[in-house]
Amino acid sequence: MSKGRFGQHGGQFIPETLMNAVTELEKAYNACMQDEEFLAELKALHETYTGRPSLLYYAEKMTEDLGGAKIYLKREDLNHTGSHKINNALGQVLLAKKMGKTRVIAETGAGQHGVATATAAALMGMECEIFMGKEDTDRQALNVFRMELLGAKVHPVTSGTQTLKDAVNETLREWTNRVVDTHYVLGSVMGPHPFPTIVRDFQSIIGKEVREQILKAEGKLPDMLIACVGGGSNAMGLFYDFIGDSSVKLVGCEAAGHGIDTDKNAATISTGTVGIFHGMKSYFCQDEYGQIAPVYSISAGLDYPGIGPEHAALFDTGRADYVPVTDREAVDAFEYLSRKEGIIPAIESAHAIAYGRKIAPAMGKDQIIVINLSGRGDKDVAAIARYKGVEIYE
Amino acid sequence: MSRISEAFSKGKAFIPFITAGDPDLTVTEQLVPAMAEAGADIIELGIPFSDPVAEGIVIQEADQRALSAGTTADKIFESVTRIRKKTNVPLAFMTYINPIFVYGSERFIKNAAECGIDALIVPDMPFEEKEELHPICQKYGIDLISLIAPTSKERITAIASEAEGFVYCVSSMGVTGVRKEITSDIGDMVSLVKASKDLPCAIGFGISTPEQAKELSKYADGIIVGSAIVKLAALHGKDCVEPICNYIREMKSAISK
Repeated sequence: MSKGRFGQHGGQFIPETLMNAVTELEKAYNACMQDEEFLAELKALHETYTGRPSLLYYAEKMTEDLGGAKIYLKREDLNHTGSHKINNALGQVLLAKKMGKTRVIAETGAGQHGVATATAAALMGMECEIFMGKEDTDRQALNVFRMELLGAKVHPVTSGTQTLKDAVNETLREWTNRVVDTHYVLGSVMGPHPFPTIVRDFQSIIGKEVREQILKAEGKLPDMLIACVGGGSNAMGLFYDFIGDSSVKLVGCEAAGHGIDTDKNAATISTGTVGIFHGMKSYFCQDEYGQIAPVYSISAGLDYPGIGPEHAALFDTGRADYVPVTDREAVDAFEYLSRKEGIIPAIESAHAIAYGRKIAPAMGKDQIIVINLSGRGDKDVAAIARYKGVEIYE
Repeated sequence: MSRISEAFSKGKAFIPFITAGDPDLTVTEQLVPAMAEAGADIIELGIPFSDPVAEGIVIQEADQRALSAGTTADKIFESVTRIRKKTNVPLAFMTYINPIFVYGSERFIKNAAECGIDALIVPDMPFEEKEELHPICQKYGIDLISLIAPTSKERITAIASEAEGFVYCVSSMGVTGVRKEITSDIGDMVSLVKASKDLPCAIGFGISTPEQAKELSKYADGIIVGSAIVKLAALHGKDCVEPICNYIREMKSAISK
């Protein structure tokens, strides 16, 4: 009777109090995806509000500098609110409105998903509350104020490690507290079914556009897709349309923090084991007794001890590879892309850029890499300055 | 008759919860027999988890205290083996699916059965996912307790029809923790269960005072209290045995009148 499985992963491991809510959500979602009017409304919003399709940019300077494969960047950073998170937030808030909900709640790590949800809620006239780890409200203070400007109430979460994992715990707790009028806008391809499917579907517009754009530009499919992975929504959005194209290599970049041989990392596939947490069976960073590990990354958006169940299944079958990228490599890539192409990437996306720098020189000049530039880096400027020992005031 | 059904055959059952290892397992080993002596009919032992999403702040903090004291599932199994030599009170483990699954579900349930555990409560494993543990629980003779909530509605019949031991009726929305008022229509929930299967129903979440316990016991066969007891453990630390036992006597007497 278990639903929403990806191989052995996924499922619905949540308190009984929430079961009717996820069942209703699944029904409403399936109905909306068959409803031409809903799909047209979302498409129109993306065209007139998000700014879709986002550009596929040929990074000529980076390509020349690395001397290998041709590198394209999928510019999700140019979306309204500055990241791919708006694709899912607009879809889910519109869905919640159709379901008659009047209030949305969400977790956020870096604040990108919180800002996207607050934006969608403002646009559609919904009440909005965001849960964010206290440590993240400190390191992403600008995003907290953005959410408040948009009319959302931001709750700093002081339990546990005070990061994304704890924000998810607290949002789940709040949802059990008030489920009738409230929809939980989960921000990644994780959590109980149907969330991993819903978020993947709303994000899959990224890969669909890439296919069309690269065929137009190059007349062939790319050889490799690269994206950063925390929960994994921008990666799944890029990969999904290409899963059936076996010639296209799929690579997810995990946050290795200080390194996977230290205990300061968030590289779930590299260092985790199978567990059941936050509603899903998947890989988690944890100890032998199933206690979830306190993870670490310079990037608040990747600082999560789990990974979405469909990624776990893509890893199990060998369809996708997951590689660790350290803080140092990500910060170098952050500066590299800024100087080389005049594009400041989000520190999350810089993990994908870092792997692109490593792999491109080893590939042929006739080969093509598409890297998902999932967000813009304005929010990270102060933190990167601090990392380099420069104190600036936001 | 199993120890669990026997516990409900002597009038309304009082079911207190403590987190194993809070503040340490030596105290837990003193507490359990003393709580049974004071009138506890079944005792729920929480196995601490780093991220207990169904718990309010009181039990979250207890889990942190227990984990900081070095409590692990293996040490709890050893403690329960010693506790079983002193008392015959029915014992239920309350923990999350991950500590069970990662330890190895079969190894966990086998160890639990061997040290004398009667039932298992897993708040983040709903009816649809119970195959993860149910066949193993059956193999080792442990009751897997089903939970129903105020939002369960039409799900109650299906859940109750496959329930065993007793049905845990969640009194309120939200997480565990003391509440001033309990407004859910608990009587209707219990009737729906009983119409589907003749099993004892115990009400938990939010209950702290003798008055609440007395009032709610009209509708059910047992009363579960967690946070109010865990608060006493937090307040008194290693000296919590006496205040907790006094509280249990007061609550048991309120539902026995």
